[in-house]
Amino acid sequence: MADGKSMNFGVIVFPGSNCDHDCVHVLSDVLGQKAIEVWHKETSLSGLEAVILPGGFSYGDYLRTGAIARFSPVMAAIKQFVAEGGMVLGICNGFQILLEAGLLPGAMLRNRSLAFICKDVHVRVENAATPFTGRCEPWQVLKLPIAHADGNYYTDDVTLSQMKANAQIVFRYCTPDGRVTSEANPNGSLDNIAGIRNAAGNVLGMMPHPERCSEDVLGDDDGRLIFLSMLDALKKAKLQPKPVMAG
Amino acid sequence: MRAVESIHAIPKRGCLDSLGGEERVKAKIHVTLKPGILDPQGKAIEQALATLGYKSASNVRMGKYLELDLNETAREKAEAQVKAMCEKLLANTIIEEYRYELS
Repeated sequence: MADGKSMNFGVIVFPGSNCDHDCVHVLSDVLGQKAIEVWHKETSLSGLEAVILPGGFSYGDYLRTGAIARFSPVMAAIKQFVAEGGMVLGICNGFQILLEAGLLPGAMLRNRSLAFICKDVHVRVENAATPFTGRCEPWQVLKLPIAHADGNYYTDDVTLSQMKANAQIVFRYCTPDGRVTSEANPNGSLDNIAGIRNAAGNVLGMMPHPERCSEDVLGDDDGRLIFLSMLDALKKAKLQPKPVMAG
Repeated sequence: MRAVESIHAIPKRGCLDSLGGEERVKAKIHVTLKPGILDPQGKAIEQALATLGYKSASNVRMGKYLELDLNETAREKAEAQVKAMCEKLLANTIIEEYRYELS
């Protein structure tokens, strides 16, 4: 869009990322925003208003998912971006990288079934007051696809209670009618956790892929709510005077 | 038997691995899931062992084994390095624990 109102998104490309083009497509072709791919060797994110870490198999998932990508040069810039309040969304492998980088709490274990699971699941929006879910109704059920072998979220009891107290659990796997049950949990995730945010609220990690279901033609456009929510939040932030960042 | 003599003339491996006459440190590192953390691979292996008739096998835990050479002869320095490597990269201490042997 040449109206000067579009936002600048950066989609980080690690060696082995494979959902980067999908993210760029949704942001630019579907939503009319400016989206560029950012190679993982970049050390600056200047000019970007939001950053997406896409899905894939960075570094072939060697050692642990996300374990090696977190040392890519761009990660120092992402940490700085987050510290300055920048909005970061990690999808699937992007979520795993954010966990390994310590930008989100917890870790991923192998799926309970040991299988790579690729299917549509339902998640319930536990917190609709985040910059990533503002377009959703509280407790709204979204149908989103997952595709992973390591999505079995784990954290210790103390961290889990802190996350609950801070409303950091954003999505939980549920039945189509919104009941959070063991049967609706595809991978064994603790507390059916499918997506979490950091304490400050500007980083979200989620295992389902919103970029794979953001168009009517695909038969499901629930994912679009995530990107539209981010756009709303960015536009709102732009209208407000920029806070002076310390450090 | 000159051929045999020439084989013996090849330096022994220990000499190749040495640094100024002292042996380099080798590290053997084991990374496993912490006790109490679900290990689906360990469980699957345990079931397979039971199917094979090894019903006495229990608490199977699956882990990773790494070995590496350090360009270092001082043991204490080597140990500090190995520990830092485990903490920073080789293990995710939220879910895993590690142990190592140096030789």
